[in-house]
Amino acid sequence: MQAIIIENIIKTYGKSKDVMALNNISFNVQKGELFGIIGPDGAGKTSLFRILTTLLLADSGKATVDGFDVVKAYKQIRKIVGYMSGRFSLYPDLSVEENLNFFATIFNTSIKENYDLIKDIYVQIEPFKNRKAGQLSGGMKQKLALSCALIHRPSVLFLDEPTTGVDAVSRKEFWEMLKGLKQQGITILVSTPYMDEADLCDKVALMQNGKILSIDTPGGIINNFSNPLWAVKSSQMFHLLNDITKQDFVKDVYPFGEFHHVVMKDKSGETLLKNFVQMHQEDKMQIKELKPNIEDCFIALMKN
Amino acid sequence: MPVVQIVIFGFALTNEVKNAKIAVLDNSKDEATTSLIAEFSNSRYFDVEKNLVSYNQVQQEFKKGKIKLAVIFPQNFSRDLQHLNKAQVQLIADASDPNVANTLTAYANAIIADYQNSITNNRKLPYTINTEMRMLYNPQLKGAYNFVPGVMAMVLLLVCTMMTAITIVKEKEMGTMEIMLVSPMRPQIVVIAKAVPYLLLSIVNIITILLLSVFVLELPINGSITLLMLESILFTLVSLSLGLLISAAVASQQTAMFISLVALFLPTVMLSGFMFPIENMPLPLRTVSNIVPAKWYYIIVKSVMIKGLGIKDIWKETLVLTGMLIFFLTMAIKKFKIRLA
Repeated sequence: MQAIIIENIIKTYGKSKDVMALNNISFNVQKGELFGIIGPDGAGKTSLFRILTTLLLADSGKATVDGFDVVKAYKQIRKIVGYMSGRFSLYPDLSVEENLNFFATIFNTSIKENYDLIKDIYVQIEPFKNRKAGQLSGGMKQKLALSCALIHRPSVLFLDEPTTGVDAVSRKEFWEMLKGLKQQGITILVSTPYMDEADLCDKVALMQNGKILSIDTPGGIINNFSNPLWAVKSSQMFHLLNDITKQDFVKDVYPFGEFHHVVMKDKSGETLLKNFVQMHQEDKMQIKELKPNIEDCFIALMKN
Repeated sequence: MPVVQIVIFGFALTNEVKNAKIAVLDNSKDEATTSLIAEFSNSRYFDVEKNLVSYNQVQQEFKKGKIKLAVIFPQNFSRDLQHLNKAQVQLIADASDPNVANTLTAYANAIIADYQNSITNNRKLPYTINTEMRMLYNPQLKGAYNFVPGVMAMVLLLVCTMMTAITIVKEKEMGTMEIMLVSPMRPQIVVIAKAVPYLLLSIVNIITILLLSVFVLELPINGSITLLMLESILFTLVSLSLGLLISAAVASQQTAMFISLVALFLPTVMLSGFMFPIENMPLPLRTVSNIVPAKWYYIIVKSVMIKGLGIKDIWKETLVLTGMLIFFLTMAIKKFKIRLA
């Protein structure tokens, strides 16, 4: 069953409608799925989330959440979804416990009633329950925000960049929590600018400039990457980048950490790359074959 | 903006009293009183609004609040003047605004003195017209009678409107509104819930002001305290809903502050009748003053607190405030956006 159906959504901003935030987006999210929307800043992730959470109206197109139309049945949707916005949006001058209580109250429920759902998350911030929410660390804030978004046991959870600005350890913990929630049967739509988080989703949509580049499982997206991918490194990294770009066998090359990633046009490029290394022995060049990751796929899709 | 201010302050807002409405009770109806009354109506300071027939009417006219001064001639005014060379005239002023009362009685005395001189002209024995003055409502001409009602109007408006004006818009700015919107909360509940704490705060404020004015400024509360409290709560609600309307309509706290300051605070100070008498303003400003809620509240407080009047004398003002309350609150709920854009 489909939890979210999005059909031909278009959203523009500005008086002359010249800023295209979402350009004809369509996709579905299965019930109980952990669905990731991966894309850089300005890709249109937040606009899409706001349309689905009934906060914005699309210019055209249709969308439903749990069978409810986002325009006509916005009141029903507001009762059943949990939403965590991209920036910290709790009351900074209320304590952790007061915030949770407040959100429980406006959803006509109590902390007690749904404590089992948030227990795993809330125990981590419980030692600070009397601290003001504004004085929590970044990771704690996100955990509290997630608890608040979950307190009414939503059937669909919208998390807009929940891990942005959060340290690596907290990010990992956060994703562990999402997996736990998935077990409870909650559909989760999560957006992130971090490519490495794509592997943690059941399915991902890669987004760029208001368009969806690809929708697949993380494994499927990687399998679609057919060109050979090699990493090269030398003592003259800048020259290497310039030199290697000029080679005929190279489809694309870009810096990636301490290596340059080289995408070949086809298999034959591998021998040509080895020859290229032979010719530049003075630069202590190293090469190795790579399995592509989501970021390589994203860069390739973006340049197509 | 500066141009508007210069024009308003320079021409409209003067403490000078012109065309003050007065009532005349002429018990004598002779040649002397007639010409003296003519002097009054020819003066640019006075408009003779009413000719009364009995002393009881004087009190009633003051209750209506239209007239500022009553001139009362005793019987046989002219005869006393001719035969005894002296006569008496009584001036009764509405001293709930002591400044206006002072100014008006001074003008009236000057007119009477003028008349006295003109008839004395070529006689050896001078005529003397003694004026007997009565300051109604405020015999000691205390300034507190004027500024306590004004301060009440201003404090309530300040606390209520300015503080509520930023409440909703603050949530918009902080982003908490985004989360709150994605909840089953209805706009009416959000808007009304925002007003409740400030209403309680304002009730404490009203009680404090009243206690201070009674025990420190020694101002009596002549009317019913319950009525005064209820009217004050009504005014508080009007101010709150006005603040909520501003908050629901604008996008930033700065704009909200600016609107409540420029569009509310200044008109309240200038057009409520507390600093500058409304009667002397040019017609456009007088018309504008009708939409200033503080003007109506100021009239109510003065009537209840100082003049000791009851609801039947201020029902009109109460009705205006009630109308404003309904209008502002409905608008605030309507303007409350159920989405972000």
